[in-house]
Amino acid sequence: MAYAKFTPEMKKTHTILVPNMLPIHFRLLIKVLEQFGYHMELLESSSRNVVEEGLKNVHNDTCYPALLVVGQFMDALKSGKYNVDHTALLITQTGGGCRASNYIHLLRKCMAEHFPQVPVLSLNFSSLEKESSLELSLPLGLKMVYCVLYADMLMTIYNQCRPYEINEEESKQVLDTWQEKLAKSFDSNAYLSTEKIYQEILNDFAAIPRSSQSKTRVGIVGEIYVKYSPLANNHLEDFLISEGCEPIVPTLMEFILYCCANAETNSHLYHYRDMKSTAFQIGYKFLHKKQVQMIQCIKKQGVFTPPHDFEDLRAAADKYISQGVSMGEGWMITAEMAVLAETGTENIICTQPFGCLPNHIVAKGMSRTIKNAYPNANIVAIDYDPGATRVNQENRIKLMLANAVKR
Amino acid sequence: MSEEKEHSQTYGTPYAVGIDVGSTTVKTVLLDKEKNVLFSSYERHYSKVRETVCGALQELSEKYQDIALRVSITGSAGLGLAQAAKLPFVQEVHAAFLAVKQRYPDADVVIELGGEDAKIIFLIGGVEQRMNGSCAGGTGAFIDQMATLLDMSVTQLDQMALSAKKVYPIASRCGVFAKSDIQPLFNQGARREDIAASIFQAVVDQTVSGLAQGRRIQGNVLFLGGPLSFLQGLRNAFTETLHLDEEHAIFPEDGRTFVAYGSALSAYDLNDTYTLVQIADLLEHAETQTALNADKPLFSYKEEYERFQARHAAHDVKRRDFKSYTGKAYLGIDAGSTTTKIVLMSEEHELLYDFYASNKGQPLDCVKRELSGLYENLSPKCTIVGSAITGYGEDLIRAGLGVDFGIVETVAHFKAASFFCPDVDFIIDIGGQDIKCFQIKNHSIDSIMLNEACSSGCGSFIQAFAMALGYDIAEFSKLGLFAEHPVDLGSRCTVFMNSSVKQAQKDGATVEDISAGLSGSIVKNAIYKVIRARNPEELGKHIVVQGGTFLNDAVLRCFEREIGQEVIRPAISGLMGAFGAALYAQENAKEKSTLLNATQLENFSYTAKAATCKGCTAHCALSIIRFSDGTRFISGNRCEKGAGKKETEMLPNLFEWKYRYILALEESQPEKPKAIVGLPLALHYYDQMPLWETFFKTLGFRVVFSEESTRDTYYKGQDTIPSDTVCYPAKLTHGHIISLLDKDVDFIFYPCMSYNLDEGNTDNHYNCPVVAYYPELLMANCERLNKENFVYPFLDLNRRKSTIKTLSHTLQNYATKKQVETAFDKGMAALEQYRLDVQKQGAEIIQLIREKNQQIIVLAGRPYHIDPEINHGIHKLIASLGLAVITEDSVAGLAVSPDIQVLNQWTYHARMYRAANYVTTQPDMQMVQLVSFGCGIDAITTDEVRRILESGGKLYTQLKIDEISNLGAVKIRLRSLIAAMEQNR
Repeated sequence: MAYAKFTPEMKKTHTILVPNMLPIHFRLLIKVLEQFGYHMELLESSSRNVVEEGLKNVHNDTCYPALLVVGQFMDALKSGKYNVDHTALLITQTGGGCRASNYIHLLRKCMAEHFPQVPVLSLNFSSLEKESSLELSLPLGLKMVYCVLYADMLMTIYNQCRPYEINEEESKQVLDTWQEKLAKSFDSNAYLSTEKIYQEILNDFAAIPRSSQSKTRVGIVGEIYVKYSPLANNHLEDFLISEGCEPIVPTLMEFILYCCANAETNSHLYHYRDMKSTAFQIGYKFLHKKQVQMIQCIKKQGVFTPPHDFEDLRAAADKYISQGVSMGEGWMITAEMAVLAETGTENIICTQPFGCLPNHIVAKGMSRTIKNAYPNANIVAIDYDPGATRVNQENRIKLMLANAVKR
Repeated sequence: MSEEKEHSQTYGTPYAVGIDVGSTTVKTVLLDKEKNVLFSSYERHYSKVRETVCGALQELSEKYQDIALRVSITGSAGLGLAQAAKLPFVQEVHAAFLAVKQRYPDADVVIELGGEDAKIIFLIGGVEQRMNGSCAGGTGAFIDQMATLLDMSVTQLDQMALSAKKVYPIASRCGVFAKSDIQPLFNQGARREDIAASIFQAVVDQTVSGLAQGRRIQGNVLFLGGPLSFLQGLRNAFTETLHLDEEHAIFPEDGRTFVAYGSALSAYDLNDTYTLVQIADLLEHAETQTALNADKPLFSYKEEYERFQARHAAHDVKRRDFKSYTGKAYLGIDAGSTTTKIVLMSEEHELLYDFYASNKGQPLDCVKRELSGLYENLSPKCTIVGSAITGYGEDLIRAGLGVDFGIVETVAHFKAASFFCPDVDFIIDIGGQDIKCFQIKNHSIDSIMLNEACSSGCGSFIQAFAMALGYDIAEFSKLGLFAEHPVDLGSRCTVFMNSSVKQAQKDGATVEDISAGLSGSIVKNAIYKVIRARNPEELGKHIVVQGGTFLNDAVLRCFEREIGQEVIRPAISGLMGAFGAALYAQENAKEKSTLLNATQLENFSYTAKAATCKGCTAHCALSIIRFSDGTRFISGNRCEKGAGKKETEMLPNLFEWKYRYILALEESQPEKPKAIVGLPLALHYYDQMPLWETFFKTLGFRVVFSEESTRDTYYKGQDTIPSDTVCYPAKLTHGHIISLLDKDVDFIFYPCMSYNLDEGNTDNHYNCPVVAYYPELLMANCERLNKENFVYPFLDLNRRKSTIKTLSHTLQNYATKKQVETAFDKGMAALEQYRLDVQKQGAEIIQLIREKNQQIIVLAGRPYHIDPEINHGIHKLIASLGLAVITEDSVAGLAVSPDIQVLNQWTYHARMYRAANYVTTQPDMQMVQLVSFGCGIDAITTDEVRRILESGGKLYTQLKIDEISNLGAVKIRLRSLIAAMEQNR
């Protein structure tokens, strides 16, 4: 299929639109990419038209994330806000046996029909789509890693402050300030002083006056887009906070580590060793070290709860499912549920696009064994799709919360 | 504040009121200080939620005017109301839980069926509360719909169920599915009593499989909710299925209001008190948020509507009084799923007589009655010289009443549409149960699109909503014409639509807005889900819309607006099938019609009997109809076997051949086996069986296969299925595991495989996630499996060394590495031989058929689609229609992969792309694609296969299959395909 490719010259002339999956992370990432000469814009639209465009432009049985991403792009391109001759689209791609690997193709199919001049870029770490992807130089890659780390830290701590803040919006203000500060830190080498920055972030959040009232902690796991994107999960975090809960959202680094770990696992399972698996192994070690460093900093300060060490996740997974189950979010969902239950967060919402194939196995399929191990585990699977109503979803979450309060 | 104080001082310990606002009803319970029930009420709210609640409270306040109360609201429609009025809310399952704890502390399990929800609470071994997922009907609303379909009240339905003799399998997952299973039963003349009982059984199955999900329902079981408190038939079905005696099945007298009771109990722990008048006041003045997505009104003023009406009135036929007409006349009958349409046409195409009514589940009786009436009034000088019938009831009525011709619906509709618009290039017909669309090119049907079982958002759907809201259908649809803010309700299946409507009501949409919104949903569903149009221009310039649903002006208006152009709606929109049949009868009429004459008709009668076909393992449920002249009509069978046709007359069938080949592999066994290994007849084993069978036999194992799949295989493993939305082939696997365990194998071998074999010409060679990792799920959910009796290593067959290493480690107690190596190589050779055999057999069939100058169908799907319980005998049906069947893997090797617009990364799917490409080069071949419901990957492949076929000038036919066989719709598709093939020839 012929489609428009993103040429190096377009860096100067084109605005690249980015779907908003993780608000905190993507805002920071965009700032960094801008330093490398890309002009980017995060799409924040969440009108019903996004869903309508999605329904019109992709097969309706395709998973909800694909439908929303394509819908959001179409909605933006048709809005008249952008000069379509100077606009490109960016989409992340993971590869693998899940149908999610096809998002970019569905998007291209749709572009070929409506906006043939608009190139689609792939952001991936599996050397897919070499002809039209972001150039990942080592400095850029490194900066992106730090972006993810800082954003993970912000998201984790912000979620621990917001439900308890005494002055409304105060956590948000600290978050916003840090988003700007961090963006600036990437101008120089300042961003490399991680421990110092972590400490400052932790202290700033710790200074927010918070109530000591105990709240129900609710873990959110699931398919990556639906888990994070407020557009997809009907603002799940906000809803939980309004219900008097503290949402616990796994970090993005976990997913990246999961992808690296899979390359390693496969080379063990199928007895081979190649450049790719070696590279991923080195990458894993480096990233895991960075994750541990962050966890240590949070522990040292002692006010907030750090994210789970990825090695703990792997150990937890082994009790229930093989790490060879690597399509979609694979064994990581099982592991996240298990580790949450193990560490006392027994209330878990598993978000999934309606009809998500890997989730049959790793989420619904593994709930039983996790419940056997932790009889108090209170897991609810919520389906998201264009037809599912908020009332329906919230009612099921309320049921889970009613169970939570009872204990 | 001082007022509050005064209250509690004056009135002491307060009472409590619980209000349960469900999807269809409002339940109110008032408790005194000692938690005794003082008052309870139960009434339907017809979507006027707030009014009904306030009414109930007002009534109550007359008796208990000044008492101080605590209050708690519950129920699916109560949430929004409570939020808006700032009154306490308790989740309904939790409310039920509290009530049970108070009143029945010994209960082990609670099952509650409501209007649109089903819930289950397990009270032993870790309290667990569950609700049906977002894709699950089978509740009170479903029973209501079914009763409507049978044209009786729910009470009558219940009465009928009590005298049932036989239960038919009906899809239990979702109401829409069930409906399409019931329809064919009607048309085949099944007893209404049996259908009634089957409906209740479906509800039970839904609860057991959909809700319990692996947990047993046993001990003291408490049954709650409206349907369970007044439907004896449903109660019986539950107690029998769960093997409960009277002692263990508890049906509280106040089952309907039990949740409201629980809600009241929860209120005792609250602080705030109110009087009834205060509560009613708060509710009445609560401001509900309006988060509605509203559209423009359909018509802004009356004149606009009148112009619209006038424009459409122009497309009409001439009419003539049939009593005075003399000469030749032609009869057309359209025996549709819910309605029967009859047309009598003169030689000059004038409409002499027409009839359109619900068949009340008895299509044959309906036609007979109408025809008798017609004969009575017909002039003696008028003769019916030709007759034709189309629709679901075609076979039965044609056999019974001697109708001259039976034609497929698509052909009938095309005939009629061409009459009104000779240049027609697109026809869309929305009937009671189906949406049919066809594109016309060069005056012949080019492609056909029918709604899948999942999205039957058609006429009967609007009707059911109208009834639920307390309106008659005509009145209801008129309401929408001038609605100010038609709501956007999405375009998904009925079950989802129910909750969209619920939400709209909560947000303050009026009945008018909802009516208009529903019309819009039907249209969007048709355009975007059934036709899958990307833009309106695709449909063509001359569009004819028809079917009973388009008589609804609101639907017509929405359609024109959505596609942005004017269309033709014939005034006889609802009669087009029958009219087309009459036109066909006229074109093809012989000297004399075979239709029963007045006397014959008077003497005509029939009896229906249910039976099970024993022709093969499919065990089709048959209806045997004996007509008064002694002839029999048998329906319900997939193949023609039960109807008496001999198998030898059937054309060669590679599907069948492959299945037999796999089964035959179990035959010869080593003499002194070292152990018994069990291999399930499931998922990838249907492709790789030759490999594993040879492998284990070479190592000296006795190889045992699981049983051949039947419906019972599914039931065997039903209670271990954790995900009710996974595909049926995966669900069946559970039964196969149980079957192997029952056969006392030493262990079951079932490897996990992320990768399938690399057959080249692709981007990658994955398995789908379900096929790849299902063993992990089985291990986690089948209690009888353990690390000893279930062996499921991760293998990548493309890496020979690695596979041998893993296998020799796994089987170290049985064989040396050397032995494993030899056995594996032999196995791979056997697999290769199987592939060659399939290709050879395919080539032979092609040659044989070509010599006879007949046509070939490439029936493409997954390897496991050869399982007769999965394919429901579709291959036999195709063969019985005079077409040879070959498989995708027999021809995939003959072509290269075409240019694919998506990632070509799954082995099984890549075969389909290549096979489709091959078909485009063969003039005597067409492809039919089988798709299992719930297959997420086929959402991507179907569009591609269609594109490959259509760009090569072929027709695309997709058949969606699920746990239940609805071969009626499949047959229409296949016959339409044949009709189109004949025209193209």
